[in-house]
Amino acid sequence: MILGIDLMEPYGFQFFRQGLIVATIAGALCGLLGVFVVLRGMSYIGHGLSHAVFGGAAASAVLRINFFLGAGVWGIISGLLIARVARRRVLGADAAIGVVTTASFALGLALMNRYGQAGKSIEAVLFGSVLGVQMVDIYAVSGVAILGLVVVVLGYRRLLFSTFDRDVAQVSGVNVSAVEAGLLAMLSLTILVTMRVIGTLLISALLVIPAASARMTTNSFARMLWISPIIGASTCFVGMNLSYFLDTSASATIILLDALVFVVVYAVAGTRNRMKMASLGHI
Amino acid sequence: MTSTPLIDCSHVSCTYGNAPVVEDVYLQIQRGEFVGIVGPSGSGKTTLLNAIMGAHPVAHGSITLQPHLTIGYVPQVETVDWYFPVTVEEVIAMTRTKTSWWPRITTTERTAVREVLGQLGIADVAHRHIRELSGGQQQRVFLARAMFSQPDILIMDEPTSGVDVRTRHEILHLLANLHEKGLTILLTTHDLNGLAAHLPRLVCFNKKVIADGNPRQVLTPQVLEQTYGAPMEVLEHGGMPLVIDHGRVAMRGEGK
Repeated sequence: MILGIDLMEPYGFQFFRQGLIVATIAGALCGLLGVFVVLRGMSYIGHGLSHAVFGGAAASAVLRINFFLGAGVWGIISGLLIARVARRRVLGADAAIGVVTTASFALGLALMNRYGQAGKSIEAVLFGSVLGVQMVDIYAVSGVAILGLVVVVLGYRRLLFSTFDRDVAQVSGVNVSAVEAGLLAMLSLTILVTMRVIGTLLISALLVIPAASARMTTNSFARMLWISPIIGASTCFVGMNLSYFLDTSASATIILLDALVFVVVYAVAGTRNRMKMASLGHI
Repeated sequence: MTSTPLIDCSHVSCTYGNAPVVEDVYLQIQRGEFVGIVGPSGSGKTTLLNAIMGAHPVAHGSITLQPHLTIGYVPQVETVDWYFPVTVEEVIAMTRTKTSWWPRITTTERTAVREVLGQLGIADVAHRHIRELSGGQQQRVFLARAMFSQPDILIMDEPTSGVDVRTRHEILHLLANLHEKGLTILLTTHDLNGLAAHLPRLVCFNKKVIADGNPRQVLTPQVLEQTYGAPMEVLEHGGMPLVIDHGRVAMRGEGK
């Protein structure tokens, strides 16, 4: 008991415990992949993919097929489509992604309006809900997190080389297209297993903000891969607890906490850089 | 020469979309040569390099590389993302991508990185972030990365574009040293006096090979006009050809 508040109170509820596990693992996973999203300038793809997956989620609900199967297949197909579209330069890649993903999102919305159960479920998909979390979500997010870890560890050199210097990596024999397709597939899977808790609209923030904060703290790619998941996981953990006591949406609380971390890191790193600059100024 | 060339381009054409950018090129690079390809921007120099490295499709003809040829490629410094969070050591070890699944840089690799940095005279920058380096050091780091795989040939795209005079001199000396030690070098440049005139062999290029040989033979007003599409004069200065560009515009008040 601190200040008359029982911090352990939410842990009495099974839905909260399950939601907390999913959110914390999801935070670490998004933080890990977010490093690539941020360094490759793919933020918009993350944003677009989450909207595309929403279409798949709605379609699988209507067709009464498994959510992970339906939305997963849909997400991977949109991921590969985006990778293809992004390589052609006829239409700006961002515009093409906008077409594919917002159309998918609109389709999902229309399907849910027509066949879904009123507004409540739409809100749950858009903004996430801890209430709907089941054991299967824990398995799914753990599975994808382990896969993500294996991919990043074993593919580390390829990922780093093709992220830093695509052309030279290709000349040096790295299959850059395969690396990019793999990364997009991982991103789709991540969004898929995370969206029930965080919601479609706010996932991209979880992919971008922890990695951006991590970038401000270090000049090392390897260290960024540690710091970003730690920020992601801890903000999700703390944010979930806070949201219970503040009676706010879990995803909104988590993202606000991430934003707060970013602002603090930005302010501190900024001051330190200015000091660095000043110390060099007289030389 | 009796030995088989490292690179043999025969009747090579490449297109970009529908536009032909490389037309009917014959070019052979022998081991130990130092060759510069000169031509205006958009003349297809980089496309030809990419085709040689297998990064651009060949529409007609054939490019034959000597079996097991290792290429060390140095991109233009302007294309590098200098804000990317990597240290010098990480940049150089990247090229070992194919031979290792282990994410961390091993002790053996660390020693090898030190060695190649030492050869290029920048042994002390291994742990620096790439942005903290001077222009000459930055160019050396990417040269070191290319040298790390112990290539048979070094291919460089515009090594002196976007660098200051001092850095250009540094690069030129460094390349001359590497060539003296037996390394084969192929580069592109549009810097006629600063770089091209110093090389043992020049290829004047504009979609096709216009002239190929020693700078003294190749740098003539006729060849240059054909290559650049603009009149140029060639003088001699200190025993070397010096190209003067005639495209000057008389400004009001000039020289008063």
